[in-house]
Amino acid sequence: MAFFRLLRQSPLSARIGLAMILINVFAAIFAPVIAPYTETEVVGDVWLPMSTDHLLGTDHLGRDMFTRLMYGARNTIAIAFITTLLSFFLGALIGFFAATLGGWTDLSLSRVVDILMAFPTLIFALIVLSVVGTSIGALILVIAVLDSTRVFRLSRAVAMDITVMEYVEAARLRGEGIWWIMRKEILPNALPPLVAEFGLRFCFVFLFIAALSFLGLGIQPPTADWGGMVRENAGAITFGIFIPLWPAGAIAFLTVGVNLIVDWFLKIASGLKD
Amino acid sequence: MVTKRLALGILTIIVISILIFVGVEALPGDLATAILGQEATPETVAAFRKELKLDLPPHVRYFAWLGDFLKGDLGTSLANKRPVAELIGWRFANTIFLASTAAIISVPIAILLGLLAALYRGSWFDNAISTTTLSAISFPEFFIAYILIALLSVQIIIFPSISNINDQMSFWAKIHAIILPSLTLTFIVTAHMMRQTRAAIINILASPFIEMAQLKGLKRMRVIVLHAFPNALSPVINVVALNLAYLVVGVVIVEVVFVYPGLGQLLVDSVSKRDIPVVQASGLIFAAVYVSLNLLADILSILSNPRLLHPR
Repeated sequence: MAFFRLLRQSPLSARIGLAMILINVFAAIFAPVIAPYTETEVVGDVWLPMSTDHLLGTDHLGRDMFTRLMYGARNTIAIAFITTLLSFFLGALIGFFAATLGGWTDLSLSRVVDILMAFPTLIFALIVLSVVGTSIGALILVIAVLDSTRVFRLSRAVAMDITVMEYVEAARLRGEGIWWIMRKEILPNALPPLVAEFGLRFCFVFLFIAALSFLGLGIQPPTADWGGMVRENAGAITFGIFIPLWPAGAIAFLTVGVNLIVDWFLKIASGLKD
Repeated sequence: MVTKRLALGILTIIVISILIFVGVEALPGDLATAILGQEATPETVAAFRKELKLDLPPHVRYFAWLGDFLKGDLGTSLANKRPVAELIGWRFANTIFLASTAAIISVPIAILLGLLAALYRGSWFDNAISTTTLSAISFPEFFIAYILIALLSVQIIIFPSISNINDQMSFWAKIHAIILPSLTLTFIVTAHMMRQTRAAIINILASPFIEMAQLKGLKRMRVIVLHAFPNALSPVINVVALNLAYLVVGVVIVEVVFVYPGLGQLLVDSVSKRDIPVVQASGLIFAAVYVSLNLLADILSILSNPRLLHPR
């Protein structure tokens, strides 16, 4: 119920953002129901214009663009979501660990993360993928590890403030183990800032996967995926056929939606009223 | 302070070079079989391992590689057997050309817009510009690139959609060829830079000494030029340098869109061809430039802020 109260006070931009996200989630969940064709079915000629049969035309192999876009929502969003979850799991776990243990563990973990963060993520991912090859598993793992460095920073900082609280001290004196303290004392109190960060990280991961797929190194065809679809149809644009703008626009649509929400969260968190 | 930061930066680059080297070799699977495929005969694999010097112990190979790298010998490409240095040289110059063109356009625009948005905070101008930049940073680079192509290269044919440049072209012909990619980069970098500049200046304008100056009855212009500006310099310089670092990496995708013969394009091609020596060399160059610009950001902000020069 608190959620609805919050929603009623929300600015217009946040409501628009929420609606944009819901449209995407709806498309992702109900893709097989909404889409008129199946994911990889060739239904007509190459790059057909928009018509009642093909709402957004057809792609470079004669597959229905609208169908691919719906399935693309499913694959792209699901993979980005799993990656972000994994990144949070890793980052928060190690971050809490560093904060609770302190001392040498904290120092060495923080230095490792510093170095990983000094490295441009795209370049790092490209180097790793050149060796392990491109598979969805490798993609999720590489991006989750790279992104977890940012989560580590935040969760460590938040947990640092919590570990000095009396109730953590009390738990320590009671002789509770480090796992118990992390799970029962730190996690519940560190959750709000981590949730706000989740949207931001999701955007980053989502754009990152889209970029890699666009470069041909992410999700591989024939799986429908927005970044890859832009790449496949890129050639059309020089003929005045604007079909690659659909998947590219879909990516932009979702990230703008998430950012509008994140912007609102950040404003609430920073206590700014304007 | 400065020397300490400098040493830390150099250390970071060294660790990154170890990571690039060891990371590539220590990853699961044998590199030689991975590249040659499962069907390769043991003899070919052995010969290939020798060519890559995989038969030597790792630390010997690392120092040999680093030594050669510093001497300018970047190894030989696996794909076309040409020296990597020859492949990288002019492409790197092209990348720098593109990135600096974008930087020259975007830095003044971003600072000016950021300053205006901060000064007229809450006005329609600020709102309009904040919404535009929020959208711009949410867009993937290729979305902006294809919209520009659709508008300025297909609907109205002014600029080429493929930015092919070579040494025979005159300077202005080159500029004409790279207008669209540099506009794409400008758009994204300006958005990031402008938002951070605005935040930095708002931060300064909220400090007590600005309020004091206003309460003394000083003219608005005087408050901004003499009181706010010197203090805003350090954060703004920092923002600019950080975004230039971002620009150097953001160039990769834009180069691919416009088939621009730069280092980013080469890196992406080599990754799909699994041409490891080229990936290692161009990856290290990108990383080194990125780290150096971050380093420069820190050093400049230390130098422009006397308080940071004397740590307690």
